[in-house]
Amino acid sequence: MHEMSICESLIQIIEGEAAAQKFKQVLAICLEIGPLAGVELEALHFSYDVVTRGTLAEKSRLEVIELPLNAWCMPCSKNVDVKQRFDACPDCGSYQVQITGGDELRIKNMEVN
Amino acid sequence: MCTVCGCGEGQTVIDGKDPKKHTHSHDHSDGHDHSHEHPHDHDHSHDHIHEGHDHLHYGNGPAHAHAPGLSQSRMVQIETDILAKNNEYAATNRHLFQQKGIFALNLVSSPGSGKTTLLTRIINDMKSEFQINVVEGDQQTENDAQRIRATGARAVQVNTGKGCHLDGHMIGHALESLSPEEGSLLFIENVGNLVCPAGFDLGEAHKVVILSVTEGEDKPIKYPDMFYASDLMLLTKTDLLPYLDFDIEKCMELALRVNPKIKILQLSAKSGEGMESFAQWIKATRSAQLVGHPSLKASA
Repeated sequence: MHEMSICESLIQIIEGEAAAQKFKQVLAICLEIGPLAGVELEALHFSYDVVTRGTLAEKSRLEVIELPLNAWCMPCSKNVDVKQRFDACPDCGSYQVQITGGDELRIKNMEVN
Repeated sequence: MCTVCGCGEGQTVIDGKDPKKHTHSHDHSDGHDHSHEHPHDHDHSHDHIHEGHDHLHYGNGPAHAHAPGLSQSRMVQIETDILAKNNEYAATNRHLFQQKGIFALNLVSSPGSGKTTLLTRIINDMKSEFQINVVEGDQQTENDAQRIRATGARAVQVNTGKGCHLDGHMIGHALESLSPEEGSLLFIENVGNLVCPAGFDLGEAHKVVILSVTEGEDKPIKYPDMFYASDLMLLTKTDLLPYLDFDIEKCMELALRVNPKIKILQLSAKSGEGMESFAQWIKATRSAQLVGHPSLKASA
């Protein structure tokens, strides 16, 4: 979805941090993104190059750590491996599966100058 | 401390070696490992910025990293949610709603599901009991706001231009120009899109997803994020069911699979069938939301 506006929010956060932490250039930025964040990584990389032009993050590297989708099956009382929000438990077939992680969309750190 | 490997420095003597030099072992993927020494006598300051009381410490000054390529630059830990800015705006809106006893609903659907028709109908049904305001989100034109204004309700049109969704900031501005009355209802008609609006909190009490029976019954699993984020699903245009192959049971089953807590109502804004239930849902959830607020008494 909206990868372009995500990149624009990124630039806003970077500019705020630049003022607070006194740096002038971003060399690399590292994001953590879960599979349920609704972010298409290819579109994100494309938008990032476009949006960072003329900013202090121009020509910087965009690194993405892809986080796993975590789910808890209630009948089995254990973590199970599902691919999407509405998947059944691969072991018992129940739909009582609670997603416990995977919608993360955050900046982890930046390499700056 | 080195921010890359976490090793300390300046700690007396380790294994008889100069404390200003320390040893690094490296494992290489080709199977060999080796250790080497290197000097470590740079100065650094240790300022911390304390932001509020959330115990985030942002290192200021060079982060003594000695990994290759990091010597000139430094690493800054951010750990910030990218949508944090939007969530702040949404929290401000929510606070305003809470203070003034305003019940806000965020209506989401694909384009052409009949959101505006449904809205004009519910406004006409409820305007004798409540003050109603509307924020209309569309990429272009003011057509929808005009249709709403024809009912007598006040409406602000937000044109998102390039944007695919409304965000908390836009709603904040819309609220400034609307200044909704205490105890009123606020309907936010989001941009017709079943993907992006799911990720943006506007400060509303509930998201209401509208699915018309002229669409596919598998929409809930095609666009699960939206159905997961919503508390109420309205199956609309039910007057057309006799002419369609829409499997209503299947659709509801799929919606509940994605979101076991979602409430489902069937209605037709054209025939009026089921509209009463929607009005009841609004009144009941509004009362639950406003328990203890003076504006609830005034309208009860």
